[in-house]
Amino acid sequence: MAYSDKVIDHYENPRNVGKLDKADESVGTGMVGAPACGDVMQLQIKVNEDGIIEDARFKTYGCGSAIASSSLVTEWVKGKTLDQAASIKNTQIAQELALPPVKIHCSVLAEDAIKAAIADYRQKHGA
Amino acid sequence: MKRPIYLDYSATTPVDPRVAEAMMNCLRVEGNFGNPASRSHFYGWQAEEAVEEARGHVAALVNADPREIVWTSGATESNNLAIKGVAGFYKSKGKHIVTSKIEHKAVLDACRQLEREGFEVTYLDPEPGTGLIHPAAVEAVLRDDTLLVSLMHVNNEIGTITDIAAIGEVTRARGILFHVDAAQSTGKIDIDLDAMKVDLMSFCAHKTYGPKGVGALYVRRKPRVRLEAQIHGGGHERGMRSGTLATHQLVGMGEAFRLAKLEMHEEQARLRVLRDKLWAGLQGLEQVFLNGDANQRIAGNLNVSFNFVEGESLIMALKELAVSSGSACTSASLEPSYVLRALGLSDELAHSSIRFTLGRFTTEDDIDFVIGHASQAVNRLRDLSPLWDMYKDGVDISSVEWVAH
Repeated sequence: MAYSDKVIDHYENPRNVGKLDKADESVGTGMVGAPACGDVMQLQIKVNEDGIIEDARFKTYGCGSAIASSSLVTEWVKGKTLDQAASIKNTQIAQELALPPVKIHCSVLAEDAIKAAIADYRQKHGA
Repeated sequence: MKRPIYLDYSATTPVDPRVAEAMMNCLRVEGNFGNPASRSHFYGWQAEEAVEEARGHVAALVNADPREIVWTSGATESNNLAIKGVAGFYKSKGKHIVTSKIEHKAVLDACRQLEREGFEVTYLDPEPGTGLIHPAAVEAVLRDDTLLVSLMHVNNEIGTITDIAAIGEVTRARGILFHVDAAQSTGKIDIDLDAMKVDLMSFCAHKTYGPKGVGALYVRRKPRVRLEAQIHGGGHERGMRSGTLATHQLVGMGEAFRLAKLEMHEEQARLRVLRDKLWAGLQGLEQVFLNGDANQRIAGNLNVSFNFVEGESLIMALKELAVSSGSACTSASLEPSYVLRALGLSDELAHSSIRFTLGRFTTEDDIDFVIGHASQAVNRLRDLSPLWDMYKDGVDISSVEWVAH
């Protein structure tokens, strides 16, 4: 399969790989996907007192587009408010990375991962 | 550009230079370009002689009579001709066919077509873990109306070898025809059709250093096997397969099979050493599993699952190698390999598989490089994998409730 240069760049030089402390009150964690489907994404956000996402980390088991999609969204969510981050759409991810139709589900998964991380953070804060 | 190291010999092989040379002599005006069916002049006679010599080489590799070899366009056509041809000719004698879940699509889809036409097909499960189809498992599903058993000699994904000699004893004793798809076994293991009770056998050239687009079907003469032709026309190949014989292709297949007979034992011994070295080298990684029986497999195949790493991303990381994966993501269907699933592998392990197949032009330097390159790639992807973290933290991944998507 021929991937776009952007997918290959994110795949070969993934941004923000790693983990944040799940127990930290300022951290929200989202884990989506299933091994049976061939992709699992873990996305974590660290939110500061002003409600701005100041850091993000990911780990992904999946194909090249799944890794690139999660790497890209860690870049995008940084500096955004929770509401701004929650409004990121899978179509924007797919467009940015020029994903082929058969890989659109990877961008859907990345959108789900952001939403799951935000939901986890909000749950910790009783929202 | 430096080309990747080719380790996908079960997909296809390059044409041996000696084969290419023989083929080129059958194309141009000064060469052997005639139509083998032209009975009225030198060009036809010369082409026919070359085709019959090639037929003799194919027959010799499998210890058959040249008159039992029918030329086709490849193993897919041979499988279709064998299965549909037998079903069509013998349909008044029965309607049951036996095959397995790990067959090539050419066999499975031909069987599906026959089901639509009213035949009943039993798809055997391989033995869990090893992937082997045992004679007792075949015997257990035979019925009074079973017409045909169709099984592959060597599996294309996991390289396991089916004991066709023993299965042939079972089918012959019951008067049932036995077809074997030998696309992956010629030039790799000995085949003696004089001794084995196999009635039909499919071959192709391009997995044995011959050209693509040519194959053959062995059709036993004693006891005689009859077929209903699938392609009608000028009555070539004793009416079993019409169409002008492609002299250069057939000469290529003949030369490839002649060389295989001469060199296979030495070549397989060399590949076994390289394959074992590769497997030993990959043992430096944790959670690496061999797919398919460890002993009853061809020398050049190593099908490995690297747990917690997804196959397609691994193939991307192994960009200096040409290998294939059982992962969903490398196919259009998004289904993981049905062969690995039939072995009882979990989805994760099926998604994590890589097939390395070695061949005539694989060197020891290639293998040394592959071991280092693959180990590095697996470690890099495991650093990215949340499943690897969970495994390291002692979490049982099968106990987690995943949300399927």
